[in-house]
Amino acid sequence: MFEQLVIATGETLLMTFLSGFFAIILGFPLGVFLFLTKKNQLLANKALNHVLNLVVNIGRSIPFVILMIAVIPFTRFIVGTSIGTAAAIVPLAIAAIPFFARMVENALLEVSSGLIEAALSMGATTKQTIFKVLVPEAMPNIIHGITISLITLIGFSAMAGAVGGGGLGDLAIRYGYQRFDVAVMLETIVILVILVQLVQSFGNYCLKRLH
Amino acid sequence: MIQLQSISKCYQNNTQAFDALRNINLDIKKGEIFGIIGPSGAGKSTLLRCVNALERPTIGNVFIDNVDILTLSPEKLREMRRSIGMIFQHFNLLSSRTVYQNIAFPLEIAGMSKSDIKTKVLEMAQLTGLENKLEHYPAQLSGGQKQRVAIARALISGGKILLCDEATSSLDPETTRSILELLVKVRNKLGVTILLITHEMHVIKSICDRVALIEQGEIIEQGETAEVFANPKTDTAKRFVYSSLHIDLPKHLQQQLHHTVTPDSLTVLRLWFLKNTAKKTIISHLVKRFYVDINILQASIEYIHERLIGIMTITIQAHGDKLENCIAYLTEQEIKVEVMGYV
Repeated sequence: MFEQLVIATGETLLMTFLSGFFAIILGFPLGVFLFLTKKNQLLANKALNHVLNLVVNIGRSIPFVILMIAVIPFTRFIVGTSIGTAAAIVPLAIAAIPFFARMVENALLEVSSGLIEAALSMGATTKQTIFKVLVPEAMPNIIHGITISLITLIGFSAMAGAVGGGGLGDLAIRYGYQRFDVAVMLETIVILVILVQLVQSFGNYCLKRLH
Repeated sequence: MIQLQSISKCYQNNTQAFDALRNINLDIKKGEIFGIIGPSGAGKSTLLRCVNALERPTIGNVFIDNVDILTLSPEKLREMRRSIGMIFQHFNLLSSRTVYQNIAFPLEIAGMSKSDIKTKVLEMAQLTGLENKLEHYPAQLSGGQKQRVAIARALISGGKILLCDEATSSLDPETTRSILELLVKVRNKLGVTILLITHEMHVIKSICDRVALIEQGEIIEQGETAEVFANPKTDTAKRFVYSSLHIDLPKHLQQQLHHTVTPDSLTVLRLWFLKNTAKKTIISHLVKRFYVDINILQASIEYIHERLIGIMTITIQAHGDKLENCIAYLTEQEIKVEVMGYV
């Protein structure tokens, strides 16, 4: 049983962090563009902003359980199969990208517009304003967003387990629920709580390091 | 140095147009401290932002050193902006950077080498009195120190113009004074031309060589600061001038003041001693010559940009011809007389 718990924990970690990685890589630029194309911002573009908003809203409005099943053809196309841990990463990333993009957008909105004005008044280019002013100033909130996204992904990954993704969720359902093994149920819960605590503490640590 | 020619700015939304600026003409000389004052919403901020093209006027030209900056390519405009520093009411420092890194920012984005940056930052820190704060973050500084960092940052590129957007409006009086002193210092040392906007008349009074008054997007009065203080023409100008001079009548007198003469009423006069008349015994002479009783309600001396102005409010027991003779005498002595009413 112990061995199974270790494997399941490993699978959960793999799902969470790999999908989290893709969510950050793809969600970050999406969030930056969501912000920049807004009215009165550096790259204001009404049409593009509408499209990006629509995409993000669609992504965020589909419940994860349904999204998981809806993207099965796409998952098959990417990883060749629709079951297993690797297959679970695809819907997890798809769910987390728009979620994280909104976090990034909000973090950038928190940056005072006076700072953008100051940067422009000093002769900064658009690129310099984004990477030397906006992103560094928004970094504490972006880190916050990463922490929240990863914790959400831990929860989602348990759901992915229910449809053959492996991990702690899968273990809890098969042993804890279907075989009434209360001990396994409790163990998975304890491990999940510890995982969430660790991610949160690491996020807080990064925030502290920033200053 | 800075010429604004027939600047108008019109904001258009779907249903209506709004004129933020109307036909503004200004000519600001090199090394001058020029103040623009007006009530909030008058268009001061928009006007200031036209000077570095953060706002583009709907009509008009902006010349900096005889270059029309509105026709510059984006790249040339960025280059031009490096020579125009700007400071703000809320400082707009980068909270993720130390004081040193904030001051270095304009040079960093201009691609200067690290060692050159260091020399310049240290030089500028000394001028602005920040030598001991270089490793601090903005959150650890007081408002006055933050504005000093902003000034250092605005001038580090060696720019010849400094735009101040309500730079002292969020500071306490003591700090305001030290920041204003610093502005005068950088003007004297570096020959920077300063254009500032404010809604506080005492800022204008203490450092501006010239002032323009703006109301509802139009310049309604401009001239040498002392001149505008001594002879405000429009009601708005009078309001601003009087509010900064603390020469309001005491409340009970204000309530009694009326504008019709009765046989036993006293006339309230405000006398402006604009020229150097300190050695003349004007008031006592007036009493002796016209046999009038005079009561001094209020008197003060104001320093307006290094010039002295004396202001006195008196009641005088005189009407009709006698009063007119008194006024004529005072006017002869180069005193500006204002009849405020009767009590």
